[in-house]
Amino acid sequence: MTQVLAATIPDAVTFVIAAAICVLGALGVVLARNPVHSALMLVMTLFGVAVLFVEEDAQFLAAVQVIVYAGAIVVLFLFVIMLLGVDQKEAIERDPLPAQRPVAIVVGILGLVEVLLLARGRWPTGARSVSGTIGSPAANVGLIGRSIFTTYLLAFEVTSALLVVAVVGAVVLARRPRPALGESAPPSGAVVMPDDAGAADGTEPDPAEAGTGETVRAGREQQSGPRADSEVTAP
Amino acid sequence: MSIAASWYLTLAAVLFTIGAIGLLIRRNVLVMFMCVELMLNAANLTFVTFARRLNDIAGQTAVFFVLVVAAAEVVVGLGIIVSIYRRRPGATADDVHAMKG
Repeated sequence: MTQVLAATIPDAVTFVIAAAICVLGALGVVLARNPVHSALMLVMTLFGVAVLFVEEDAQFLAAVQVIVYAGAIVVLFLFVIMLLGVDQKEAIERDPLPAQRPVAIVVGILGLVEVLLLARGRWPTGARSVSGTIGSPAANVGLIGRSIFTTYLLAFEVTSALLVVAVVGAVVLARRPRPALGESAPPSGAVVMPDDAGAADGTEPDPAEAGTGETVRAGREQQSGPRADSEVTAP
Repeated sequence: MSIAASWYLTLAAVLFTIGAIGLLIRRNVLVMFMCVELMLNAANLTFVTFARRLNDIAGQTAVFFVLVVAAAEVVVGLGIIVSIYRRRPGATADDVHAMKG
């Protein structure tokens, strides 16, 4: 079965469409000005990669890709983007390293060329692991499950520990800073200061708008004053 | 596998390069994070391609673990980003070059 290398037409069409979706989405992630657009383009790329997973007989991974990546990770990205309100444009004019972008593009393209040259003929040795072979596409989930729960059981348990550590770390990081037990009231006030600053930032536009409104009103009065005077004095 | 593995490897290399260049040229921390996800997906695509070519299920198992680690990484990384933005709103990657608050 693996000797069949002739690309059938439906597989080739599927690959081309999915690859185009992947590359366009990836370019959109990099080039989009708005981070929300970047996240949506990332979803597009992830769906394209999921299609390629199905094409490569990895049905379980395609489902996990859509559920975990598009359903959890990108939604987490969007939550953070919309909670923080960081959809402003990047400040490019005060770039401390102006030469970094062209150098990064050149180095990236050089790396791509190198990898493509390597991908032409250098294959791995083909040594088998002890996990087992890919059977029929219908048995994909069972094969992965057997591999995870027998051969890679220790890694799976370490993964559960990693997830617990990540959850605890996220809770600790996202918690608001609180004063220590031994501290008195003034340090606690000092700790709360960032929140107050944030609240002040949130309420700043109102006085600013009021100030501009006053100035506009004053300007109108100043404009209307001479105009009235001129109208009065014209006749 | 009816399509030659070189096509998949080429696509994975292109995706990885786009992610790496984006990581280097963008200043927004969240977009840089998304570029890291792009690079992880390119590596996953390579894993799945070689799993199919070598007829070995271990490549797909590796992708499973990469997915779990990526999820944990995103949780912790976004927590760090939220704490950074809470302290100084509108920060880019150049503003947080030092680890002190």
